[in-house]
Amino acid sequence: MLNFVLLIFIYSGIYALMAMGQNVITGYVGLLSLCQAGFFAIGSYATAILSVTYGWNFWLTIPIAGVLAALSGVLIGLPTLRLKGDYLAIATLGFGEIVRNILNNWDSLTRGPMGIQRIPMATVFGLKISPYEKWGFLVMVWIFVLVGYLFFRHLARSRMGRALEAIREDEIAASSMGINTTKYKVWAFALGAFAAGVAGSLQAVFTLSVSPGTFTFMVSIMVLCMVVLGGMGNFLAVILGAFLIQFISYFPQLVGLSNIIPPQFKQVLFGLILVVMMIWRPQGILGRAPRMTLNPKKKQPKDSDGGEK
Amino acid sequence: MGSAAEFFQHLMNGLTLGGIYALIALGYTMVYGILKFINFAHGDILMVGSYIGLFVYNAIRGQILGFWTIIAFFLSMLVGMVFSAVLGIAIERIAYKPLRKATRLAPLLSAIGVSFILSNLAAWMWGTKSKKLEYPFNNAPLHIGGVAITPHQILILVVVIVMMVALKLFIDRSRMGKAMRATSLDQDTAKLMGVKVDRIIALTFAIGSALAATAGFLIALEIKVYPSMGTMTGLKAFVAAVVGGIGNISGAMVGGILLGLIETFGVALIGIPYGLRDTIAFAVLIIILLVKPEGLLGKAEKEKV
Amino acid sequence: MILLETKQLTRAYGGVIAVSKVDFEVEQGLITGLIGPNGAGKTTLFNNITGLDVPTSGTVHYKGKEITGKSAHSICRMGVARTFQNIRLFKELTVLENVMVGRHFKVGTSPTKGRFGSVLKSFISLGNEEFEMKKEALHWLDFFELGELSDELAKNLPYGHQRELEIARALATEPSLLFLDEPAAGMNPQETEHLMSTIRRIRALGITVVLIEHDMKLVMNICDTITVLNYGQNIAQGTPKEIKRNPLVIEAYLGKEDE
Repeated sequence: MLNFVLLIFIYSGIYALMAMGQNVITGYVGLLSLCQAGFFAIGSYATAILSVTYGWNFWLTIPIAGVLAALSGVLIGLPTLRLKGDYLAIATLGFGEIVRNILNNWDSLTRGPMGIQRIPMATVFGLKISPYEKWGFLVMVWIFVLVGYLFFRHLARSRMGRALEAIREDEIAASSMGINTTKYKVWAFALGAFAAGVAGSLQAVFTLSVSPGTFTFMVSIMVLCMVVLGGMGNFLAVILGAFLIQFISYFPQLVGLSNIIPPQFKQVLFGLILVVMMIWRPQGILGRAPRMTLNPKKKQPKDSDGGEK
Repeated sequence: MGSAAEFFQHLMNGLTLGGIYALIALGYTMVYGILKFINFAHGDILMVGSYIGLFVYNAIRGQILGFWTIIAFFLSMLVGMVFSAVLGIAIERIAYKPLRKATRLAPLLSAIGVSFILSNLAAWMWGTKSKKLEYPFNNAPLHIGGVAITPHQILILVVVIVMMVALKLFIDRSRMGKAMRATSLDQDTAKLMGVKVDRIIALTFAIGSALAATAGFLIALEIKVYPSMGTMTGLKAFVAAVVGGIGNISGAMVGGILLGLIETFGVALIGIPYGLRDTIAFAVLIIILLVKPEGLLGKAEKEKV
Repeated sequence: MILLETKQLTRAYGGVIAVSKVDFEVEQGLITGLIGPNGAGKTTLFNNITGLDVPTSGTVHYKGKEITGKSAHSICRMGVARTFQNIRLFKELTVLENVMVGRHFKVGTSPTKGRFGSVLKSFISLGNEEFEMKKEALHWLDFFELGELSDELAKNLPYGHQRELEIARALATEPSLLFLDEPAAGMNPQETEHLMSTIRRIRALGITVVLIEHDMKLVMNICDTITVLNYGQNIAQGTPKEIKRNPLVIEAYLGKEDE
């Protein structure tokens, strides 16, 4: 029981990182990207291959995992981001599948469908962070989430965050205000991918093995659900969303009903969450992060009805 | 390349595959033309239609191949089409219509949700194992001048051509078709001119979904019926719609055929590994988006400033 | 001095020629009016100058440099700002934030053009930078007496204020040349009166103004020079008096109006 609770928290953390990345792309720039699973996979495999085949230390593989994911994000983003958002959704969906395709077929590097096992555990000052000792691992994951949260929140409050939101609100007006919209969209895409890549690294040292079957489209949908459920454009809300979705995911095991409730049940539920939230509460549970104001005291000044005299 | 016969063989294979893509692409393109969004659930509607067709066919077909079996086949296809059409209309009413005035992102997300619901409900109710759809005829290939053509391919080509001609006539000649074109050009004006826009949208979904179900049922003979059968096929058909020029009905037909040919010849001639066959479509997508984003027959459309 | 000029500028959409061989000049320091019947190609001309559309042929020169076909953001950075016919504010952002977006490229992007460096630097020195941006943005809000509304969401402003906010946002980019696309559209006579004085105040700042407008009273009152487009062609230009007397203009345009 406690084991499951810890498991939920660990996966919430790993997915929260991915969801924060998705939030930059979808919540801030308003683009629909459907390949967090692909970037997640790239991060996981980077850590797996570097540490198993080349004997690298886990901590050194993290930046590589992030950067590789970000680079592939730029690769898929450059041709598609100049165009209307809808194409991006399809192109990224295709990209996610291609990544899985390649992982399955590039035997010499990825060992195909079998995947890579016996990934060395992460260590801190010679101390092993064993996934079997869940507390330690949980702390490590959530330190990552905290750092990620502080980074993204800072980003959101900077002029870059404002530029991203301006692009979401009206791309033409934004470009007429001197904002290089393509550059910022690619940046957002790269950052989102980076976060997923790092999450992939953590996943690799948690499960200690990677295989293509882990990185299905379902992962991307789950991440999307986390953002939509929590609230687009709000990093704290997205972390809450990550927890809720993981909780739903493990609920059958948690209450010991996994024999009765089929695995498709939660997936149908994820689909329902997307539809229902869009219709009834598109802003998510918590809604957008509160806007920056000059006078925090008089929070909601009334609509002035015309005339500045 | 080998002989001319080999060339015609690939041509035949490419044409049948392309015809299937074209049928599915029509649904994407018609919906996009009117509502300006990608109906992600289109591939799953195809899957549901195929299942329904399969169930009906298994229930009514006789044991011996014969004339009745073929009638039963078409009858089952028809039931699948009608079911899909109704499903398409229902999905539009429930999941898309409330979002017509919402942000651009909302209907897309809702559509992804619907797609996920359908494919997982199917897996839940009917299992993940693929179900075989028996041929209603003897599918032994006929050899015509060294080219092996299966009756299945002939069936596909005939059905695709009939459907396309019917659709083209309907859209160009009928009152409803005209209303449909008017709606896709300018919804508000169409409304002012007395076009019942809601009904046109429902009709669009119905036709698109029925065409998808047809395509699904036809390919099911070869690839069987399973919950995720619509995903990859649907994606590729979408690429076909983009290649032809999304929103353009003739474009979907041309794009579908073209993509089928590119895929077949890509594997056969250029030697792209069969395992990476699905990647071809996405390479095509990226290239067309870079070179001619409006598609072959589409018009470059600038956002009004 | 000529601040901006187009030479033989043409924009065709397929067979439809929206703007045809237009020579258009903007004299520095003046208020230039661009008038013409609906569909005459006025907005298309604006779009082709400000980089939102690319001319089929012809050139655009600004401060002696050719800017034809440059991207909208780089043209803005050179000092050409604009507003839109159908107001395009960042609706879910506050009034202040809208104007701050106009300040965006003024901070961080130093002449050194260090791209990543500037992003990184601005990331670290967030507090200072934001403070400066807020101060500048508030200055422009005060110019329009919108300071009180700074924390409102842009979408909640009344129509007239939205128009003003859009101009404030454009001014925040510190342009030398400001294009206003139908700034008085939908305004009542008092608001229009107020707008006229605002436009004069903008000119007093040394900013050259070009405006598209259907309100003849406004155009004739504040424009120093007027250019008339009809069917995509430049059919006349001159002072308001000259334009009023020009038979071509009367036939093409004024004759159809209630004037």
